[in-house]
Amino acid sequence: MKYYRAHVLICSGSNCAIKGCRSVKQACEQEIIRHGLQGEVQVVDTGCLGLCDQGPALVVYPEGVMYGRLTPSDVLEIVSEHLLKGRLVHRLMQQPTGPAGEVSPLSMTPFFQKQKRVVLKNCGLIDPERIEDYVRAGGYTALATALDVMTPERVIAEIKQSGLRGRGGAGFPTGRKWEYTRVAAGQQKYIIGNADEGEPGTFKDRLILEGDPHLIIEGMAIAGYAIGATRGIVYIRGEYELSIHRMELAIRQARENGLLGEGILGSAFSFDLEVCAGAGAYVCGEETALIESIEGNRGEPRFKPPYPAEKGLWGQPTSVNNVETLANVPSIIEQGALWYRSLGTPNSPGTKVFTLTGNIVNSGLIEVPMGITLREVIYEIGGGIPDGKKFKMAQTGGTSGGCLAAAHLDIPMDYDSLQSHGSSLGSGALLIMDDTHCIVDLTRCFLKFFVHESCGQCTPCREGTPALYHLLGKVSAGAGGHADIQLINRLSRTMQSSSLCALGQTAPVPVLSALQHFWPEVEAHLNGRCPANKCVMGKAAGKIAN
Amino acid sequence: MKSLQELKAMRERMGESKGIRTRASPTKITVAMGTCGIAAGARSVLLAIMGELAETGLRDTAVTQTGCLGMCEREPLVEVVHQDHTTLYAYVNAERARQIVRDLLSTAEKEEK
Repeated sequence: MKYYRAHVLICSGSNCAIKGCRSVKQACEQEIIRHGLQGEVQVVDTGCLGLCDQGPALVVYPEGVMYGRLTPSDVLEIVSEHLLKGRLVHRLMQQPTGPAGEVSPLSMTPFFQKQKRVVLKNCGLIDPERIEDYVRAGGYTALATALDVMTPERVIAEIKQSGLRGRGGAGFPTGRKWEYTRVAAGQQKYIIGNADEGEPGTFKDRLILEGDPHLIIEGMAIAGYAIGATRGIVYIRGEYELSIHRMELAIRQARENGLLGEGILGSAFSFDLEVCAGAGAYVCGEETALIESIEGNRGEPRFKPPYPAEKGLWGQPTSVNNVETLANVPSIIEQGALWYRSLGTPNSPGTKVFTLTGNIVNSGLIEVPMGITLREVIYEIGGGIPDGKKFKMAQTGGTSGGCLAAAHLDIPMDYDSLQSHGSSLGSGALLIMDDTHCIVDLTRCFLKFFVHESCGQCTPCREGTPALYHLLGKVSAGAGGHADIQLINRLSRTMQSSSLCALGQTAPVPVLSALQHFWPEVEAHLNGRCPANKCVMGKAAGKIAN
Repeated sequence: MKSLQELKAMRERMGESKGIRTRASPTKITVAMGTCGIAAGARSVLLAIMGELAETGLRDTAVTQTGCLGMCEREPLVEVVHQDHTTLYAYVNAERARQIVRDLLSTAEKEEK
């Protein structure tokens, strides 16, 4: 094995790819060869570093210096100064230096300091396209341990004890789901990794798959062993080309190394995995619609019960788990349920991956212990609101989540606390808005999304979403009255209680929370005034709304 | 791979640990590479250190460069920080550089015992 004195890790996630990380990497490699450093410096493609806003970005080790917002010509300077002469390029650095010019470690910067990386432990540190990098980082030890010394029941007991809950949004205890699937009668059981990430503003599953695909394979193999499934499917959103490519590559590498297939690691356990690409419907993130889609049918939710644990894919017992949930599994097996419980809150143990978007300085990908406050996330990790503007609203859990106001900044971010404030943890999207935005205008935009994505199967959702959209349009145009607000409330309750799946049940959540937490602003619209000056009032607006 | 042992063997084979990327290296070697250092042969010193590290398997060691330390007449200068102990070597050449790494290895081995 060769010794490289410096490692250049270039983020190759989709967010950086859009910003041109390929040409940055090319320039870097060419320049390294031009200076004859190719035997000393290793250039590695890696997963998301989290600071998507500062892409294209790279980190040079051993110093641990991060350079951001790079162009190919910046890279020439980094190679000739830092890599050749050992002089840091302060102009491009993203972290402060101490009095003697020493670099504070990335982990000590405000962005990383409050984070706790379990799911993202390898993201930005390994090359996701090389199984060797994953194994070197301790990968597949948990699977080997499970197969070697644990019974499937023991694995389930450990996961139950850890308190791990579904990270896709609903927060159902993972151990219980696995147990139901294990005890259900069926010939061929399935484990499905759900990466049909359709929530606007959410991109955590994509970056987890891109940054550490072997972690998902390991988590799914352990899940398969626990529930008695010999086959697994990773259902990835069709637009996620890089995720699909890296997942398929990782599956091939795992097969070649005997980590998937017959008799894994010398045990009696056989397990194989395949990728299924989604076709771009939001509703297919719902587990039964997802199963319909794999079976080749229209992506429409099924009636529950029976739940997938009894009758899932092809009528067989199936456990559908979000890929972030599965990514927690290897660490729990390796370090134990008690360790996992030491993170987060008693009812929501562990960490959560969030995607920070909107009016925030550090937009990107973060992983924090459950129970951290919104204020810490926004002002410490996120770096606050840009351009000196004021915080207005945070929407947690994606478009189907509730809108929280400044008064809620100190509530802990976990399943139960958010639910008690009319919102949800959801898939981990965190949309931050400053005070130039209008709450009525925003909720109307959210509803437009649901009108488009409603699958049309059940009436409350199919008819309710456009009706809500038009009512909000009326309010936004200054043509609404108190009767319209009442109707919005009644319609929302009807949708929540009678829609077939979570899409229709949660579509009114942003509207109801906006009415509750931002009532004075909504009321101003009833009097023909938009405090944020966003909504177009009067006749012309009425036409747009209808 | 057919067993847990083989998995462990594979990890051993991978050798070079993540230490460098997590900044958890127990040892840091800094080669002064200002104009004075380079003129005195710091480049071949750097390459010798890297070569010896690869051979001895001390791959967790971080190697960095720095500028002029202000003692140009004693270049090439190499600073070794191991645990909390700092040593500055002067007049280093390729052979002495290799010896420095071998000494480090024996120190590390003694510590393990």
